[in-house]
Amino acid sequence: MSVKLVFLGKLADLSGAPETLVPGPLDWEGLLTALPGPLGEGARGDKVKLAVNGKLLSDKTALSAADGDEVALLPPVSGG
Amino acid sequence: MARDVRLLDHALVPEAELAAFSATHPAAGGIASFVGKVRPDEGVEALELSHYEPLTQPGMEALAEEALARWPLDGLLLIHRTGLMRAGEPIVLVAAAARHRRDAFEAADFAMDHLKSNAWFWKREKRADGWHWIEPRQQDHSDLKRWG
Repeated sequence: MSVKLVFLGKLADLSGAPETLVPGPLDWEGLLTALPGPLGEGARGDKVKLAVNGKLLSDKTALSAADGDEVALLPPVSGG
Repeated sequence: MARDVRLLDHALVPEAELAAFSATHPAAGGIASFVGKVRPDEGVEALELSHYEPLTQPGMEALAEEALARWPLDGLLLIHRTGLMRAGEPIVLVAAAARHRRDAFEAADFAMDHLKSNAWFWKREKRADGWHWIEPRQQDHSDLKRWG
């Protein structure tokens, strides 16, 4: 088991793939460590939000994901 | 059913959807609808809309519920495309059925303003030099303030 990271919008371009698996459990520091270079900088950006299993986090640094969870990295939406 | 909210990964045919919606709500005094299309901008070859199912669908359902709570409607239809589209293709359809026209107009307007600024969609367009992500527009956010 592991934690699935899902990248949306331009973050998918930076990661080179829409999804990746990382070992759980995963906290904020662990997430940044798992995301090298521009992807990590992107995740750190004020406007990027995190959702765990479809629930938005009000404070992304409080991330606490376990094996089997899905963490989505969400840049600002462009609108419909 | 009062609410019909869908994401479509294939062609959206507004005429057929509106005919079905109208048939579902025979008691409505009127239906206001809006069809959004991919704008034919110079140099844009294609538009791709991506979404995140666990947020996008529930977000649109919540928007529909809010509109239904705010106006006396017989029904509300929200259909949004995802995937690859070309200029002129329908990208969104909103329709509100109500006893009275004002409620239908306002609910459709409200739903469109919220879809344009708040919904979980990411857009990129293809030009001769490749793909470009589209940033949020300020106008879309100020449109939202109309609704308090």
